[in-house]
Amino acid sequence: MENLIALLVAAPLLGAAVLLCGGRRLDAVGHWIGTVLAFVSFAFGVILFADLLGKDAEHRTLMQHLFSWVPVQGFQADVTFRLDQLSMTFVLLITGVGSLIHLYSVGYMEHDERRRRFFGYLNLFLAAMLLLVIADNYLLLYVGWEGVGLASYLLIGFWQHKPSAATAAKKAFLVNRVGDMGLSIAIMLMFATFGTFAFGPVFGHVGDTSEGKLTAIALMLLLAACGKSAQVPLQSWLGDAMEGPTPVSALIHAATMVTAGVYLIVRSGAIFNAAPNAQLVVTVVGAVTLLFGAIVGCAKDDIKKALAGSTMSQIGYMVLAAGLGPIGYVFAIMHLVTHGFFKAGLFLGAGSVMHGMNDEVDMRKYGGLRKYMPVTFITFGLGYLAIIGFPGLSGFFSKDKIIEAAFAKGGTEGWILGACALLGAAITAFYMTRVMLMTFFGEERWKNQPTRSPQSPSAEPAAEHHGEHAEPHPHESPKVMTIPMIVLAVGSVFGGAFFSIGDRFLHWLEPVTGHSEGDSPVSAATVTGATMVCLIIGVGIAYAMYGRRTVPSVAPRGSLLTRAARRDLLQDDFNHVVLVRGGEHLTRSLVYVDHTLVDGVVNGTAASVGGLSGRMRRLQNGFARSYAVSMFGGAAVLVAATLLMRAV
Amino acid sequence: MSFPLLTATAVLPAIGAIATAAVPAARRTAAKWLALLVSLATLALAITILVRFDPDGSRYQLTESHSWIAYFGVRYELGVDGIAVALIALTALLMPFIILAGWHDADPLETGSRRWRPTQGFFALILAVEAMVIISFEATDVFLFYIFFEAMLIPMYFLIGGFGDRAHEHGEEAASTQRSYAAVKFLLYNLIGGLIMLAAVIGLYVVAGNFSLQEIAQARANGSLHMATSTERWLFLGFFFAFAVKAPLWPLHTWLPNAMQESTAPVAVLITAVVDKVGTFAMLRFCLQLFPEASKWATPVILVLALISIVYGALLAVGQRDIKRLVAYASISHFGFIILGIFAMTSQGQSGATLYMVNHGISTAALMLVAGFLISRRGSRLIGDYGGVQKVAPVLAGTFLIGGLATLSLPGLAPFVSEFLVLVGTFTRYPAVGIIATFGIVLAALYTLVLYQRTMTGPVKKEVSAMPDLRVRELVVVAPLIVLLVFLGVYPKPVTDIVNPAVKSTLSDVHKKDPKPPVEAAK
Repeated sequence: MENLIALLVAAPLLGAAVLLCGGRRLDAVGHWIGTVLAFVSFAFGVILFADLLGKDAEHRTLMQHLFSWVPVQGFQADVTFRLDQLSMTFVLLITGVGSLIHLYSVGYMEHDERRRRFFGYLNLFLAAMLLLVIADNYLLLYVGWEGVGLASYLLIGFWQHKPSAATAAKKAFLVNRVGDMGLSIAIMLMFATFGTFAFGPVFGHVGDTSEGKLTAIALMLLLAACGKSAQVPLQSWLGDAMEGPTPVSALIHAATMVTAGVYLIVRSGAIFNAAPNAQLVVTVVGAVTLLFGAIVGCAKDDIKKALAGSTMSQIGYMVLAAGLGPIGYVFAIMHLVTHGFFKAGLFLGAGSVMHGMNDEVDMRKYGGLRKYMPVTFITFGLGYLAIIGFPGLSGFFSKDKIIEAAFAKGGTEGWILGACALLGAAITAFYMTRVMLMTFFGEERWKNQPTRSPQSPSAEPAAEHHGEHAEPHPHESPKVMTIPMIVLAVGSVFGGAFFSIGDRFLHWLEPVTGHSEGDSPVSAATVTGATMVCLIIGVGIAYAMYGRRTVPSVAPRGSLLTRAARRDLLQDDFNHVVLVRGGEHLTRSLVYVDHTLVDGVVNGTAASVGGLSGRMRRLQNGFARSYAVSMFGGAAVLVAATLLMRAV
Repeated sequence: MSFPLLTATAVLPAIGAIATAAVPAARRTAAKWLALLVSLATLALAITILVRFDPDGSRYQLTESHSWIAYFGVRYELGVDGIAVALIALTALLMPFIILAGWHDADPLETGSRRWRPTQGFFALILAVEAMVIISFEATDVFLFYIFFEAMLIPMYFLIGGFGDRAHEHGEEAASTQRSYAAVKFLLYNLIGGLIMLAAVIGLYVVAGNFSLQEIAQARANGSLHMATSTERWLFLGFFFAFAVKAPLWPLHTWLPNAMQESTAPVAVLITAVVDKVGTFAMLRFCLQLFPEASKWATPVILVLALISIVYGALLAVGQRDIKRLVAYASISHFGFIILGIFAMTSQGQSGATLYMVNHGISTAALMLVAGFLISRRGSRLIGDYGGVQKVAPVLAGTFLIGGLATLSLPGLAPFVSEFLVLVGTFTRYPAVGIIATFGIVLAALYTLVLYQRTMTGPVKKEVSAMPDLRVRELVVVAPLIVLLVFLGVYPKPVTDIVNPAVKSTLSDVHKKDPKPPVEAAK
């Protein structure tokens, strides 16, 4: 059974290789090759899952050793896979949601001439993401970690002829590289401390080393997580990443890759548990990001960017939970899975709306679409109810548990974190209701809008493909697109309840992550009640602002906060001034320094030392002369050296 | 006496060079094929060395030893350890690709041009460089090494000065001036380095009485050859200076961007992927073995210079507007990593550094040769002259991207393994140095992706709109390099197995042991 683990990765990897090297011959069938291989990988995942379920809880770990990867004296990196409950959960999420999104993309990318390559990249992503979650040591995890970064880079920049897409792709990769530095340093620290970076030995020996070292390792891992999961201060790339095709946003920038940071923290739980200071930083990062993303999500008129803000915020919840330690790990992952369902569903819904609206993304140009796209409306609506935490739906169960756990941290910290999480719930209800109302309800603002406004260029360049600039004719998407949306909506509705009844999910993950019940100053019922109040307030305010009033089709100026939030709370402006401009000045002055100073000084020194001063220019006349002069100089040095050595 | 395999591997390209040069002027295609066949035959010999070499056997193998200049105790002594075997294999491997990539680089210019381009000469010079580089890797006699270390400057000088890109933004006159400036600069820097080394070589003879690396190292190890501390340091500096010019190490690097910019892409690859490796190789073989104490004495300064090279080279690469200069500065950054790995004096650092030399050779060849194909299509080296190439030439853009990703050490491709080994090997001994060097990985992503974005993405520029995609010959050059990058990224064991024992002996020469982790968690 262990031998199946490698096949999880091999199937999509094969797909990527075939599709990317296959050439135009495969254009006609490429998308189906990619989709079938994604489903094959899912099938292997299900078989392995059944096998794990057949074992008793303590023995649900399969290991597969493939080969010795980098064997150097004292340094042992192997290609070894570990499939336990934690990685199994991810495998099912990745291959399950991944397969659905492959299917959806068959329809969504139908008119793109480079569809084969798109599926090649998607397969590459699946392979890398699976490698990330089944790796048994940090260096192999790193390969998957950067592999998904590469796939993300290629897919964000899929429409490379658009400068904005190319820039967004580069930005995503660079910001992630800063995070990768953290992962690199963490691995180096582990190697210097433990002599290895394989999961088992490191976690087993955490007790033998000082808290200071563990805190350093944990903080470096957190830096890596911040990059990949778009957490403050490395969050700036996610909004721009919406330049990629919408299925990519759904799969990579909502359901799976961006949650890798949470995986990293939960996987490294043993280290974090022994470094409480680092854990506190994790919770702070999570709390700040959950508010940051939510506020940004409120101000965006671009439907995908509003959802991106939401993703950031929801991952903030997961990071917060992961920072709480054993009390939160299970719920971080549970929220991650339910979020995978409903956020992927929401993005696919957004894609479906755009598909029917000439690829318009500005919600101010939507309105009243529920009549034209009933399936999209219903599935999106269910996703909406799930994310705001409507009682009984997925988000309700997973988010509620996180808020509870935050309060249970105890002390002032617990109150602050809990309050942040509650406030986040209110804002979530607000911005999601806003999206819902602006898109599916109200006036049909797209009528008499023959061309798209040049101020808000669409992320999707379909207009270039079709040459359409006419008034949009909203229509429902084809079955190949709606079926995945329906499946995900089912998951969004029932997932949370299924996991929570009888604490199924808790019992499943507990052997890997451990679990502890906290001591909450407020009862679970109070938390649920407070969450409900927040939800109602958020929905109510949104309804008052966007349901009862007419939505202007050009954005009003807005308050200072709104304007700042539209600009991602000015973080990009800061980056631009400090890093981009500063960097440009630095490199430019260095080019100057290199040309005049370093070159000049070295040339000058060489010239004077060799007694060639003043002759440098003449030397350029030809080979023979320079050689002769140098030989002369050389001979002098030689004689001097011989004399010197005699004297010594 | 057994077949002198090492001699044959060096002599074959030398004979090939003469034969290629002797092909009549009218039959230039025959000369090209001859050069290609010779390089392939040399590769076959190099593979034979690889097969015959036993990693667990004695340190120097396939040795040959003959008296040469008896009066001075100069011997013709050859022998290879694992490090040398790896680099000979790299050299022999890259040559056919360099020749094939430069297939049309020395064709006569259009009628009306006054310049004369001797096709035969171009390929003969490349083979001559190959011969000299290979024997430099093989020589275990210091004087013998020195001769070829210096002699390879001559063919390189003519390759840089005589054969530039066909088109040049400032016209042919300016091109020729800049070319000869670059060639002279290359020559002067390396000659001065070489002359200082010559002084040190003679000094070593005065002290030791012979030139044999093994004899001297052995005598030093068992204490029969005593060297005063100051003498050892001076001699070390003499050797190191020459190697640091060649490698090149900051601040002795400024000849490299000029040389790589002005020469054709295959020659640029020859410089940075092959010839420069002799410098870093020689640090490992000569500096550490002959002067272990002085090496340790100089380590702090060298580490700082290497760090500066890493960060400074990368920052300058970001600021370049010329594709080839960008790659040159990137190489300076990479040489910083190699030197860092050597002088960190840990197993991971030195195995990583050796692997780095091999991987850097392959990755730079991939990137630079594709860049050369690109430049030959548009006739400009300036990044700003391109845009949107991926739309018209997707295969070219794709291979360029892979070369770039290898340059930024993407995990899964070969350079990642070596870069990480160097970083981790440095970190265990000098944590701060390791952390600062890690900034290099962010900067590498910056210069590579900016280069890709500016040339390949965005709207298609008018001048590139008719650009053809890679031709068969070009694909034959690039595809195997990419396969190698992937293979050695996934399975570097064949190289590390050869290199590890040699690194172990080198470390015992300098009496250094790896730092022990405080917690023994590894099995």
